[in-house]
Amino acid sequence: MKFAVIQFPGSNCDQDCLAALNGIAGVGAEYVWHKETMSLAGFDAIVLPGGFSYGDYLRCGAIARFSPIMPSVVNEAQAGKLVIGICNGFQILCEIGLLPGALVRNRSLHFVCEMLTTRVEVADSFFTHGCAQGTLLRLPIAHGEGCFFADDKTLRGLNARKQVILRYVTADGRAEPSANPNGSIENIAGICNREGNVFGLMPHPDRACELRLGSADGTTIFQSMMQTIASGRARAA
Amino acid sequence: MKLKVVVTPKAAVLDPQGAAVRDAMQHLGMPEVSSVRIGKYLEIEVDENAADLEARLHGLCRDLLSNPVIEDYEVQNLGAGK
Repeated sequence: MKFAVIQFPGSNCDQDCLAALNGIAGVGAEYVWHKETMSLAGFDAIVLPGGFSYGDYLRCGAIARFSPIMPSVVNEAQAGKLVIGICNGFQILCEIGLLPGALVRNRSLHFVCEMLTTRVEVADSFFTHGCAQGTLLRLPIAHGEGCFFADDKTLRGLNARKQVILRYVTADGRAEPSANPNGSIENIAGICNREGNVFGLMPHPDRACELRLGSADGTTIFQSMMQTIASGRARAA
Repeated sequence: MKLKVVVTPKAAVLDPQGAAVRDAMQHLGMPEVSSVRIGKYLEIEVDENAADLEARLHGLCRDLLSNPVIEDYEVQNLGAGK
């Protein structure tokens, strides 16, 4: 399966994503430079990696959303292909409107960098296919602007349509304030769009694909994507 | 012509930076300060004879300069003095 990893100026997890994906049997990941205007139809999935695209100027992701490659990303997303935005990639997906809500400054005002626990809220999503509901994933975060915000109406819709895929939880799985690293509304760590094929999350599955990195739980997400593609539930290349 | 665009966080959006500055002001001799909201201020120089300036500027205020999900914006001096 071919995964595209989009590189923006200032991306710094592009190599993590490529290495993590290429470490999974059956995946071939390639970089696509953000200035490309090529079709991405030949890829089975698209990854927007973490980092500080355009130096986070103006707002995180605000300028990257206008990169030449983005119309192709939007085309594929609208055609039903799997798109995952990690950290800065999540911010870009919100800025361009493929995901609702926005990511704002952490409530603590601190950059947070730690390994923490997230809980899978939707068992049969395209990105958590192989997980039982309530499965705990140990994933690292590293961000200064990861506080998820959505207005009340949007939030109700996200919950009602089961678009909240991951929440920050305590080590024993409770979504309480003490487990919330950034002030995100309702401990939200990751959401998908209505159709389910676009997923954004602040934690880094790409940095948790080997036990020697502290956790291999990130592979669960990438493998779920592969299962979804293989089963024909999402559009492939 | 010089335009000013002021971008501010919407009332419903948490502004921890503003809250920290409010606390500092209260501690530094202004206990009467009850709220501080921090936004962005942009000075933009533009050819005032450009076609359709106002509509295009507002378009970019919505798409680029602010994020309508979390921010409001205001354009000042549009069409006024130089």
